[in-house]
Amino acid sequence: MTQVAAKMNAVGAANTPRIGVITFPGTLDDVDAARAIRCSGAQAVPLWHADADLAGVDAVVVPGGFSYGDYLRAGAIAAQAPIMHAVIDAARRGLPVLGICNGFQILCEAGLLPGALVRNAGLRFICRDQWLRVENTSSVWTSRFEPAAEILIPMKNAEGRYVAAESVLDELEGEGRVLFRYVGDGPAQGNPNGALRDIAGISSADGKIAGLMPHPEHAIDALTGPTDDGLGLFLSVQDWIGTATAATIAATAGTAATAGTAARGPTAGARG
Amino acid sequence: MARVAVDVVIKPEILDPQGKAILAALKRIGQQGVSAVRQGKHFDLEVDDSVSDADLEEIAGHLLANPVIESWTVTRVAQETVGAGSEDAR
Repeated sequence: MTQVAAKMNAVGAANTPRIGVITFPGTLDDVDAARAIRCSGAQAVPLWHADADLAGVDAVVVPGGFSYGDYLRAGAIAAQAPIMHAVIDAARRGLPVLGICNGFQILCEAGLLPGALVRNAGLRFICRDQWLRVENTSSVWTSRFEPAAEILIPMKNAEGRYVAAESVLDELEGEGRVLFRYVGDGPAQGNPNGALRDIAGISSADGKIAGLMPHPEHAIDALTGPTDDGLGLFLSVQDWIGTATAATIAATAGTAATAGTAARGPTAGARG
Repeated sequence: MARVAVDVVIKPEILDPQGKAILAALKRIGQQGVSAVRQGKHFDLEVDDSVSDADLEEIAGHLLANPVIESWTVTRVAQETVGAGSEDAR
């Protein structure tokens, strides 16, 4: 925790960012997501699927798991839950939202991110530590990473293959909205599931809504994860929240500039 | 009340690994003549008379199917023929 505390030295106790974590029936990774948020220096606020408001949080994490048992399609039922109406409204007004694994599936099903996640090409549930390249470091969730940093975080899913129409993929590439791409050589590296253009994670056009299949919340310290690379996402959003709070009204008008000027503190997760 | 059938299939351009696995299993049970399988979903809905065709499109396109990866057909099953026919007795 001392190492982590050093990373959060810019964050004062009085204005500790509050980041919500939603629990649906069947969510698994809300506890780890909340721990990752706390370890990165923010306050984790539990949010319940049946609630209709977001308790005034500064950002929301939609964690992984098997919401509603993956009935119908992974994320399809959760996307219609009462809390998601609040998330969609708030996201459209600029609230940062991160979807991890099932959370990414939910954001796609809710129409907050384009494309869909379908069954892995090899039909297998894949659980392994996965190398990713950070393709865009100007989004709200990736500003702490060095450009083109390669990070190692766990992935575990059966429906993780990202697909979208060619025109959508071109648009994502052209606008720099591919945040993470599968990389690495060797038998258990590279693209694990046939995801189009090796895409592991994407963002909205303004960089505030992001989703990825691998699990940054499981890679926050060397004791329990392969690296602490995952902290970078939770620290990045706090930089943005801090800047946005300081700039208050200007933040809504100049969001594009905010992400670019966010303080680059100690970079979490660059492979040396 | 009316009965409505909604069939959902993965779009042709989307890889269907489950269909491929089923095809491989068909070969193993000796069915060499099958050249392709696409797996989909079938929904039977009981709807009252207030549900319009537009409502059914909303139901199918907004929840039962994901338009990004799936296509669907909505079929109203004529209640009279079903009620009197063999399907209910089955």
